[in-house]
Amino acid sequence: MATVPKSTVRLPMSRKIGGTWGPPRVLSEQTHSKNEPGRFGVYGGRYVPETLMAALDELEREYLKAKQDPKFRKRLDELLRTYAGRPTPLFFARRLTEKLGGPKIYLKREDLLHTGAHKINNCLGQALLVERMGKHRVIAETGAGQHGVATATVCALMGFECVVYMGTEDMRRQELNVFRMRLLGAEVRGVDSGSRTLKDAINEAMRDWVTNVRTTHYLLGSVLGAHPYPTMVRDFHRVIGREARAQVLKAEGKLPTAVIACVGGGSNAIGAFYEFIKDKRVKLVGVEAGGRGESLGDHAARFRGGKPGVLQGTYSYVLQDAGGQIALTHSVSAGLDYPSIGPEHAGLRDAGRAEYVPASDKEALEATILLARTEGIIPALESAHAVAEVIKRAPKMKKSDVVIVNISGRGDKDIGILRENLDIE
Amino acid sequence: MPLMFYKKPALVVYVTCGDPDLATTREIVLAAIEAGADVIELGVPFSDPVADGPVIQRASERALRHGTSLPHVLTLAAEIRQQAQSTGLIVFSYLNPILQMGVGKFCKVARHAGVDGALVTDLPVEEAGEYLREMRTHDLSPIFLAAPTSPDERLKRIAGASRGFVYAISRTGITGARQQLAEDTQKLVRRLRRVTKLPIAVGFGISSAQQFAEVGSFADAVVVGSAIVETIERNRGREAAAVGEFVRKLTLASVN
Repeated sequence: MATVPKSTVRLPMSRKIGGTWGPPRVLSEQTHSKNEPGRFGVYGGRYVPETLMAALDELEREYLKAKQDPKFRKRLDELLRTYAGRPTPLFFARRLTEKLGGPKIYLKREDLLHTGAHKINNCLGQALLVERMGKHRVIAETGAGQHGVATATVCALMGFECVVYMGTEDMRRQELNVFRMRLLGAEVRGVDSGSRTLKDAINEAMRDWVTNVRTTHYLLGSVLGAHPYPTMVRDFHRVIGREARAQVLKAEGKLPTAVIACVGGGSNAIGAFYEFIKDKRVKLVGVEAGGRGESLGDHAARFRGGKPGVLQGTYSYVLQDAGGQIALTHSVSAGLDYPSIGPEHAGLRDAGRAEYVPASDKEALEATILLARTEGIIPALESAHAVAEVIKRAPKMKKSDVVIVNISGRGDKDIGILRENLDIE
Repeated sequence: MPLMFYKKPALVVYVTCGDPDLATTREIVLAAIEAGADVIELGVPFSDPVADGPVIQRASERALRHGTSLPHVLTLAAEIRQQAQSTGLIVFSYLNPILQMGVGKFCKVARHAGVDGALVTDLPVEEAGEYLREMRTHDLSPIFLAAPTSPDERLKRIAGASRGFVYAISRTGITGARQQLAEDTQKLVRRLRRVTKLPIAVGFGISSAQQFAEVGSFADAVVVGSAIVETIERNRGREAAAVGEFVRKLTLASVN
């Protein structure tokens, strides 16, 4: 190789190359009004390759039309009731409450839904949109496999071709769900790049979508990505909080002190929170994956180690290095193992309306055992993070307080990981 | 402003900076210029390149493994500028590295380095307000992508916001060599001609002299990216020479 003389160039950038550049300027602050659709404070927006812009416009138009269409609403409600199993119960966890000696704890049982998690709410909604748009091929990404299973399920129900992208690390962690998707007729494509988890599956799904955008709908599984996804997916999950609010009022005659939910992308949390946002006295608590430590790469707590940036179509908090390269993440639960967070959560956090705390892998595993043995409910490892937070918080609360914990999914899919990590034989 | 196409069709060459290392990238770029490239796109490697195919993904991973960053790319641009005064230099990046540096600071440093323009893959015109202001302030040319899926009213906005040239994507999809170029391409160029007088460069999927000549018959410039990056990947130790040969072969048929 030719020897290259040492650079004689001096640029007015910084003393050290690749060093810290200080806090990023918010790109959108001066560009966008805060009430613009798809913006949550300064977060959200639409940062995608040009090829996708027309498809996002079409999707937004179709969604807004469907939202106003009583027939669409009626059909979705009927499917949620007769196919998915809504409404889900709000269950008073008597033994857990006694054990923790604090507030009355209610569990919102999204784990009882068809396919085992809240994900089906959004999948049914988007599937009806796909039908309206006349597309016949559906792609999706999945982390824990719950969204992949829910997508494969609705595609079977509607007769759509279905391709699910999944990181090979997640395929290993969630092999039961991989089989389940294949059983349902979906093609599962392993993604071997990056950390081989959810983020990389989304990259690959976006590449597929860019290529096949004319025939294909991207059934994004969380409140992430470019507008209209964060708003649309949230709307399909609002039913969680709407039911829970009515149920707790009926059971207790008052609103809860707090609503707690785990946050990966944040779809179950925003669904659980949304109807309570206007109830200013109800604390909204999102629980992120604290993983195995506080160093970058050991967790997925975006509000602890991240800063605003753009990843996969949206402006939100992102775990990244000083140069803007996206960091690797770790969590025992594949569904929380993602370096960014839904932009509406970033907006709620900056506005002080919701707080976000981490729970470690170990705390989530302990919470799983406790809930299994006090209530006979094995939560998904994702949901176990929310349980871990109520375990920490309950002793500091009053007995007259009421807490709702969203059990977003069931733990069947995690049996393999639980066996690896717990000493129970 | 050297952001000019001196011949028709002009050749725009993309390289992922830092693959295999920055010193070699400089050699590669100088070899490409020597062989006839009119404009160079200096690709900033990104961890999550959603618009790129496997070839550029692999190049980005290699470049990131030894820490190539946007400041490195800008320094490289300045070094190239010292040796090539009439070649157009464009920074080709995803948004987040620019955002973390600060849009204003990026533009200031890029201008100082002798860069002529920038193309940000995941920044559509709607979100580009502050970016466009800063680009204008520093007299840099923003270049936007136009896709076959972009309706006419979007093409108008894209052309209106672009300076220097408009980059037409030859077909829906990610970067990477293709056997056949869609008819889409020619249709898109025709639609663009109706809304702009700017030169039009066509890219995505062009890898052979035949394709170069074919696209060059209706576009002002042809962008070659993945085929260059693949040449670099396949010719360890003699990257610059190999790219020079490739570029010469590519343009040979069209020399007139």
